[in-house]
Amino acid sequence: MAKVLMKGNEAIGKAAIEAGCRFFFGYPITPQSELPEYLSEELPKVGGTFVQAESEVAAINMVYGAAAAGARALTSSSSPGVALKQEGIGYITNADLPAVIVNMMRGGPGLGTIQPGQADYRMCVKGGSNGDYHNIVLAPSSVQEAVDMVMEAFDLADCYRTPVIILSDGLIGQMMEPVDFHYAPKRELPPKDWALTGKGDGQKHMIVNLNMDAEDCENHNIQLQKKYVEIEQKEQQWEEYCMDDAEYAFVSYGTSARITKSAIDTLRKEGYKVGLIRPKTLYPFPKEAFKGKNIKKYMDIEMSMGQMVEDVQLACNDVNKVVFFGRCGGIILTPEEVVEFAKSVIGGDK
Amino acid sequence: MSTQRVCCAGFGGQGVLSMGKLLAYAGMLDGKEVSWCPSYGPEMRGGTANCSIVVSDEPVGSPVITADATASIVMNQPSYDKFVKIVGSGGTIIINSSLVEKKVERDDVKAYYVPANEMAKELGNPKLANIILLGALLEVDNTVTEESVLNAFTKVFGENKAKFIPINKEALAKGAEYVRNQK
Repeated sequence: MAKVLMKGNEAIGKAAIEAGCRFFFGYPITPQSELPEYLSEELPKVGGTFVQAESEVAAINMVYGAAAAGARALTSSSSPGVALKQEGIGYITNADLPAVIVNMMRGGPGLGTIQPGQADYRMCVKGGSNGDYHNIVLAPSSVQEAVDMVMEAFDLADCYRTPVIILSDGLIGQMMEPVDFHYAPKRELPPKDWALTGKGDGQKHMIVNLNMDAEDCENHNIQLQKKYVEIEQKEQQWEEYCMDDAEYAFVSYGTSARITKSAIDTLRKEGYKVGLIRPKTLYPFPKEAFKGKNIKKYMDIEMSMGQMVEDVQLACNDVNKVVFFGRCGGIILTPEEVVEFAKSVIGGDK
Repeated sequence: MSTQRVCCAGFGGQGVLSMGKLLAYAGMLDGKEVSWCPSYGPEMRGGTANCSIVVSDEPVGSPVITADATASIVMNQPSYDKFVKIVGSGGTIIINSSLVEKKVERDDVKAYYVPANEMAKELGNPKLANIILLGALLEVDNTVTEESVLNAFTKVFGENKAKFIPINKEALAKGAEYVRNQK
């Protein structure tokens, strides 16, 4: 199929349809409103259901319901809206249900601003709801990757029966890039024999959230942890850019990473041996990428005040090796300031 | 390797974002890597609009242009200061002289003054001002081919707008012709 030029938000909507999603529940918020707008037009054409809910809380609970019935269901929002969804995300996680949540981040905290940001790392990667849990978190760096990751997110969600979060930002949502759509599942998808399909197959299915018995609840937590061990073993994804002879490495994801690539191109021309480790999965964090690397300093670049730093410190197992530069509140990093920061770290060591 | 980094700026309604889309889509049809990145913040809601377009032989890193643009198209006075400054040395500035009175004082860039509003009226449709300016850019900066822009037209505006291709082709030609003598 020939490539088309599409906005990130709309391309994500199309990718969801291609991946078989037929249910969307959401509430508008800049900078992701083109996503529900697109699906409000396109979902009914394929027999799907689009609901503009009365609130973000209602939307995520509608996803909970559709997921319990075995459907591929999607919701999307931006930072403060995703904060509102946290309770429902925890419930869906606890109920072992698949769902996909798109967060096109903007500057925070609170209502913050409408320009792009990456300050929801902790909320989405570390868990913004209560209890011992993780969600798989994918961080696209281009419109094409957003498309591919949305498709993969539905598969991961079904495979592990867990919510998957697409953690992107307003820039990827608003920008247009050439993109094509090709849904080809890489994983064997288990049958949804647990779904609440109504009376018919004779089996009694139950989806429960409340455990009155503490032992039952602990046992369920142990099961959840087994799932996370498997996810951490099997699902780490990352990209390496110019890492072969790198002595200093940037660590950056999403929009920041593509800006950092521009900075690397400039620095390489000037003889600096710099590269990039770009986590594509934020949970599981790609710790494998840091093994066997002989790097003098890791330079964490984010559009936040350094929410990923601790994960980089753990991954390279050296607190002192990690330095940070970032902008936040809706300011988009420039390659020039990343270059300047790198030079201040590296000095004359090239 | 060549990379063109173009900013289009003006009032909402002047077709600034559409002009950028035509450029990006045309670049894609020419087989280049492209990105199109709009302003969507409070500035846009206050009436001005702008977009950054990158057309390159290499994958696009930063899609946002804050410095070293190879060209700017400036359609109104409020955009002038920001988007003249952003052009790198040796770059091109296309100015809608119908609405911008200032003259570029930098001597390291090449500026072209095109009275696009008056020219569009002469063509019978004031909405063509953006296409005239795009024609001027294509003449002095080989970012994309005119043929690809025309091929991109229905992709950007929809098949039902194909009837407007001839008049848009004429507008591109007018813009190109106007700056040919200024080169």
